[in-house]
Amino acid sequence: MTAYLLKRLIIALATLVLASMVVFAVLEIIPGDPARLMLGLNASADQVEVLRNQMGLNAPLALRYLHWAGGLLSLDFGRSYTYSVPVIDLVRERVVVSLPLALIALALSTIIAIPVGLYSASRRGQAGDTIAMGATQFGVAVPNFWFALMLIYLFAVWLRLVPAGGFPGWSAGVWPALKSLLLPSVALALPQAAILARVARSALIEVLNEDYIRTARAKGLPYRAVLWRHALRNAMIPVLTILGLQFAFLLAGTIIIENVFYLPGLGRLVFQAITQRDLIVVESVVMLLVAAVIAVNLIVDLSYAVVDPRLRSRQ
Amino acid sequence: MTLHVDIPEETLARILAKAFRNRSFLIGLVITALVAAVAVLSYLWTPYDVTKLVISDKTQSPSLAHWFGTDHFGRDILSMIMVGARNSIAVALVAVGIGMGVGVPFGAFAAARGGLIDEVLMRMNDLVFAFPALLSAIMITAIFGPGAINAIIAIGIFNIPVFARVARAGALAIWPREFILAARAAGKGSTLITIEHILPNIATLLLVQGTIQFALGILAEAGLSYVGLGAQPPMPSWGRMLFDAQTRMVVAPWMAIFPGMAIVATVLGLNLLGDGIADILDPKSRRQR
Repeated sequence: MTAYLLKRLIIALATLVLASMVVFAVLEIIPGDPARLMLGLNASADQVEVLRNQMGLNAPLALRYLHWAGGLLSLDFGRSYTYSVPVIDLVRERVVVSLPLALIALALSTIIAIPVGLYSASRRGQAGDTIAMGATQFGVAVPNFWFALMLIYLFAVWLRLVPAGGFPGWSAGVWPALKSLLLPSVALALPQAAILARVARSALIEVLNEDYIRTARAKGLPYRAVLWRHALRNAMIPVLTILGLQFAFLLAGTIIIENVFYLPGLGRLVFQAITQRDLIVVESVVMLLVAAVIAVNLIVDLSYAVVDPRLRSRQ
Repeated sequence: MTLHVDIPEETLARILAKAFRNRSFLIGLVITALVAAVAVLSYLWTPYDVTKLVISDKTQSPSLAHWFGTDHFGRDILSMIMVGARNSIAVALVAVGIGMGVGVPFGAFAAARGGLIDEVLMRMNDLVFAFPALLSAIMITAIFGPGAINAIIAIGIFNIPVFARVARAGALAIWPREFILAARAAGKGSTLITIEHILPNIATLLLVQGTIQFALGILAEAGLSYVGLGAQPPMPSWGRMLFDAQTRMVVAPWMAIFPGMAIVATVLGLNLLGDGIADILDPKSRRQR
């Protein structure tokens, strides 16, 4: 158990370090001099040289990497070229939009998918199962940003129930803020829920064929109890794996969805940064999201041990 | 060269007979063939020229003259969808090619060698997996600027670990079999065994994964071109059409509805096709998915 946890932890850390090297290398090979970019075309070569020294751009590559990576650890990402404020301040402002959005979507997707999976698996081959699986087949095929456009058309333009976009900020109160995250999170969640429901169904069907399920039924446990207590728990491993993967997709998805709803999150930040060639911001946000993906996958690995006692006793 | 494929009892005729009874295969095949046909047709003929702007015809609702309406430049939406299909198919197909071409040798090699090499290769896999396609695309765009090629590279890179995993898992299941032992006894090396015996036996798995990644590639390409990281105008692409539609939802909802339906139909067709193939060639694999 400890060996398993340790191994996963080391792998996650090594992946994180390698990922940071990749991101740093990308920053390095980008054409253009950040100092020249900040000072503009009219700056003299001397001025540029002074700023390069100030920014530490003339130090050896390895040293610069260590400096940058060390900065990341203390949440010092450097300063934005265009906003001239620390990148971390920009990120802090935006992450309070993106993270709740991803989490609400993840929760929604799970709440919808697990019952659908349970329903379909327990009625395998019947009409209800066929209809549910047909619906998920559609759900998998729908791009979330198109679904978002259709939701806007229906609920914001036509029915006028919710705002079509924008974000009032959490200071405007929890409810107005949540209300503006409602459509985006539904748009993100439903396509993911379709995938998750399919995985949950096939995992459950696999488990329901096991001998211990028959034993549990034979000793007189009601079907419902068998389904929830025995089957669902044993089907959790593939479901958790997909949930971890989905979080990565959801984070990437928020980047696109934020652009549909004009939400001031990390996604908007990164696209503005791309058009303004504010590379340090692009790099920081990418690094943050990659770190989040690695962290979530580590959590998934660790939760296997919680869900599956067999893993705990094994070396 | 003798090939040992593990489904020898099934003749081609029986497989075909099964295929024609498989509903999801048939529906998927028809939809996919239709999309491919439309893309090919667009090289020869489209109802209107997609490069010609007719401002007097702008944002017309669907009619007999323009089945799917026109956009804000007066271009025919149907024609644009037809031409856009080329871009979607090309990007997704090449991305699948990159993923298979790099990922499968990696995965098969890892399975054949095992030990440290396997461990190192799979950890490299984890590394690539930590970069969702969109993030790679953002980084690539930050370096080279936006374009269809970037979309292909970004989605292709994302496909590599997927195929490596599938190839490795498939190969690991084949290696302990008797006919591999026989091949070893005959003095064949692991590279030769991989080429002659492992790859033919995991071809089904790879084909099924290929259709899934193809479908995901279509979705990813649409997403990338929607946020401006994919194909650039004037080349019509489905994602870009949706971007143009976004600010005109109130006056011209058809600009959003039809390109989106084209994406849904294409992805749905490919997914059904993949399900069908999996079901026909290996009924067991369906249960595991």
